Amino acid sequence: MSFNRWIWLMAWRDSRASRRKLFLFSCSIVLGIAALVSITSLGHNLEIAVAEQAKSLLAADLVVTSRQPLSERAEQMIEGLGGEQAREVSFSSMALFPNSEGTRLVQIRGLTEGFPFYGAFETFPTNAGEIFRNLPGALVEESLMKQFNAKVGDPIKLGELILPIVGILQKIPGEAMVFTTIAPRVYIPATEIPKTKLIKAESLAKFKVFIKYPPATLVEEFVKKRRAPFKELRLELETVEDRKRDLGKSMNHLQTFLSLGGFIALLLGGVGVASAIHVHVKEKVPSVAVLRCLGASANQTLQIYVAQGMALGLLGAIMGGILGVVIQFFLPRVIQDFVALEIQYSIAWVSVLGAMGAGFVICVLFALVPILPLRRVSPLAVLRATTAVSHHRDPLQWLLFGIMGLGITGFSLWQSTRWYHGLAFTGGILVAFGLLALVAKLLISLARRAITPSWPYVWRQGFANLHRPNNRTLLLMLSLGLGTFLLLTMYLVQHTLLIDLLPAGKGRQPNTVLFDIQTDQISDVENLLKNRQMEVLQQAPVVTMRLASVKGRAIRDLLKEPDHRRVPNWVLRREFRSTWRDQLVDSEESVVGVWPSQKIRDSIPISLEEGIAKDLAVTLGDDLEFDVQGVSIATHVAHLRKVDWKRMAPNFFVVFPSKTLEAAPAFHIITTRSNTPEAGAEMQHALVKNYPNISLIDLTLVLKTVDTVVSKVSVAVRFMASFILGTGLLVLISAILTGRYQRMQESILLRTLGASRWQVLQILVIEYFLLGFCASLTGVVLALGGAGALVFYLFKLPFHPPLLAPFVTMACICLTTMTTGLIMSWGVMNRPPLEILRGE
Amino acid sequence: MNDESILGVNALTKSYSTSGGELTVLREVTFDVRRGRTCAIVGPSGSGKTTLLGLCAGLDQPTQGTVHLDGIAVHSLNEDGRARLRNKLLGFVFQNFQLLTTLTARENVMVPLELCGEKGADHRAVELLQRVGLGDRLDHYPIQLSGGEQQRVALARAFINRPKILFADEPTGNLDSETSGKIIDLLFDLNRASGTALVLVTHNLELAAMTDQIITLRGGRRVDPL
Ligand SMILES: Nc1ncnc2c1ncn2[C@@H]1O[C@H](COP(=O)(O)OP(=O)(O)OP(=O)(O)O)[C@@H](O)[C@H]1O
Ligand SMILES: [Mg+2]
Repeated sequence: MSFNRWIWLMAWRDSRASRRKLFLFSCSIVLGIAALVSITSLGHNLEIAVAEQAKSLLAADLVVTSRQPLSERAEQMIEGLGGEQAREVSFSSMALFPNSEGTRLVQIRGLTEGFPFYGAFETFPTNAGEIFRNLPGALVEESLMKQFNAKVGDPIKLGELILPIVGILQKIPGEAMVFTTIAPRVYIPATEIPKTKLIKAESLAKFKVFIKYPPATLVEEFVKKRRAPFKELRLELETVEDRKRDLGKSMNHLQTFLSLGGFIALLLGGVGVASAIHVHVKEKVPSVAVLRCLGASANQTLQIYVAQGMALGLLGAIMGGILGVVIQFFLPRVIQDFVALEIQYSIAWVSVLGAMGAGFVICVLFALVPILPLRRVSPLAVLRATTAVSHHRDPLQWLLFGIMGLGITGFSLWQSTRWYHGLAFTGGILVAFGLLALVAKLLISLARRAITPSWPYVWRQGFANLHRPNNRTLLLMLSLGLGTFLLLTMYLVQHTLLIDLLPAGKGRQPNTVLFDIQTDQISDVENLLKNRQMEVLQQAPVVTMRLASVKGRAIRDLLKEPDHRRVPNWVLRREFRSTWRDQLVDSEESVVGVWPSQKIRDSIPISLEEGIAKDLAVTLGDDLEFDVQGVSIATHVAHLRKVDWKRMAPNFFVVFPSKTLEAAPAFHIITTRSNTPEAGAEMQHALVKNYPNISLIDLTLVLKTVDTVVSKVSVAVRFMASFILGTGLLVLISAILTGRYQRMQESILLRTLGASRWQVLQILVIEYFLLGFCASLTGVVLALGGAGALVFYLFKLPFHPPLLAPFVTMACICLTTMTTGLIMSWGVMNRPPLEILRGE
Repeated sequence: MNDESILGVNALTKSYSTSGGELTVLREVTFDVRRGRTCAIVGPSGSGKTTLLGLCAGLDQPTQGTVHLDGIAVHSLNEDGRARLRNKLLGFVFQNFQLLTTLTARENVMVPLELCGEKGADHRAVELLQRVGLGDRLDHYPIQLSGGEQQRVALARAFINRPKILFADEPTGNLDSETSGKIIDLLFDLNRASGTALVLVTHNLELAAMTDQIITLRGGRRVDPL
């Protein structure tokens, strides 16, 4: 195609009467492009932030982490790493605020001089991050200070240690503030840790060594050779590159989610453009015939409208680009809380232009769908109104659909981290489009066949509107149905995830969990609770252990296997907190095997949770060897259990029969329920005062935290959904408005022939209701399927859709369609017929 | 057929396949139009006049038979080839004017020349519009013009590419008799002045009588006048 001057000139002239209409009706593309622009630009900013702030993310060049006290050999090896070193010990315990008598589980971190090597603590007052080690004093996370109304200068009691609070922690280099509020952080000087008397052999402390090297050091190379021996000692090495990679991964998920959402908005916008152009082009058939008659070739006439489509796309891209850049200004605030990064607001021109380009291409491709059939307009149409348009599809049309399919697939592949996610996304979109088009076709043929003369007049007319020439059935089905599908899918997924996070079960749920109880403290603690009319709901011993071998193969060897091995790393390395007892509890269900009883041979029969059994690839009879603080214990799987993890009860992967682990070092968990917050606080206070080693989790507090996290996530989701909703609504309005001109001609004709306004209105209501109903019904069915698949395959959760939501959605869509339709038709309805017959 | 012939129609047949079976609307029609001459096609409604005109002008493909325009076999060209031919050789005038509604009078007239990228379209369009008496309505849109004025614009457009043959399908069908007279005069004037052959479909026998040759159709067949 060569777009010469004449083509552009004709495109400009031809658009004269319809420019405003055309643009208004394709506004949806602007929103779509804006969504994509803002999101890709944000993605670029995130990448820059990761690259720039990588060092301060780790706050050092290298971090060594151990989940057990450092052995002599480990100390030697760490010594050998050289550089400037700083250390941190962290563990969970109860903190007491003597002024308010408040207590809460916190994460205590003992820090030596030096940390952070890069970046800085953000505190109030600003110098607190430097002075707390010398005073000595504590740095306390802001949320905790707020909870207990504490001020700088107040004391805080950790175990047996009392320190003044010297600063409020606002930001810690490399950590996102939102995810760690379950156990807020308290920093104290490492030298003060022993004074708390909290660290004992069986406490679960984490040890970190931060190392800084001179600027020119090639840390990556240096660490490479040392990873293996460190791994053997269960020491983890993390470099800036590792952190960058991990961060990039989670960033990618967020980015993928947002950009696929943006892409959907863009596709919907494309549907809007196609609809606007469709109407425009239909009106232009006579002009095309005249041009053909005067000697224009099929391609030349086509080019005129392609040129208009391109101009529209360009305008949309520019406006969408501007809007997107503006929106991007707000985006970092939406996601700031999830990421441990300072996101700078800068316009990433390359990504902005890229997204604008993608928007332009989508716009032109969708515009081509209605434009291409113009090739087949016969010049004969100038002599008589021919309806004889050949029925076979233009091969170019198939080519176009092919390109669109490839484009969509390409984009989703490019955005998804896994190729099959990209394909699934494309497949979903195609199935949705296909099904909606199919239902539209069915509806049209049904409307054609079902009508019988016995129906009331308005019903016959309303139905007939669905199939008569120039009907909007397909378009409205597509836009309404897609909109319903996407929005409801999002809602259902979000709903399911939320439900899954919230605790199940009713009645006497525990709301407080006490742990780290020593065996000799059990009866005292039980008495303490009983005196306060608080029932012990459950009591369980806990022994921490690690896997030593699976089916006779040592963990060390399993860890060396290539990456695609079936057992995930974290399962092999994790700490198992196991218990012993003789029967199932409420939250458990037997799956297969016999409940373990006595020791046979030298191997203890155990009951395994079915999920972890799957991860470990073991079944009944397989051998597992555990390591309890250096002592090895041989076991075999005798029983598999299903565990309802949502129940707020201590749940375990591994359950031993009683009389097998009693000798091992154990602590105990007790769950209880306080009836009022005050009673709970009083009990906590008494507990922390008398037994500083015992920790306590207030589950209502945890739920609140989960809730904030979830609501922050849903801000991002809603942000995306509002784009899709906005675009969908614009498409709806434009589809109805463009259809209005034809419907109005008919309505007026009907009125001229004596129909009352009420009858005309009924016809419209019936038509829009049928459209809204069928489209939303299809959309709901699609959404149930889509959300079900997502929840089941991606999030691996059972899917229990809420019963009401689909009906509410359908009702809303039907109502919206009808009201939009009526509002849009109202003005014309009240004008005298003659005026309109002339005007439009 | 010889060099003198601008339009040669030989044994032209057109049938449509409809739900009621094959419908032949033109049967073996043969005639010749010489350069610069005028010809009228007459016949009752539904006799196939418009169909014949469309086939002669290369707007449709015949089922059988041949059409030659200026010695070129129209039936063997593809659609784009015929489009080029129309642009170079043919002019059209229609009963319902067929102006492009979004273009001004001047722009409408310019289209055929602009299409083939010829220079001086504007100048020639103004000249032609002045000649048809619309020199003061150059930048008016079709809806701002009366039917007769619109048809004059269509005439100007038909002549801008100096066609060798002009096809007109009931050019005065939508006009009152006075305006019709003016349009007919213009049509014949322009025909004489530029030597353009004229093929005219009409119900008006008076008008037909003004032409050099009359083709009468009845039920799709050419019948000889009495
Ligand atoms: N696409 C078609 N399919 C079937 N029949 C057709 C088609 N086009 C035209 N006809 C038929 O061909 C016959 C001739 O039509 P045509 O328009 O040429 O008549 P006409 O002589 O121009 O009539 P009028 O004077 O009323 O304009 C008519 O009977 C018409 O119904
Ligand atoms: Mg006719």
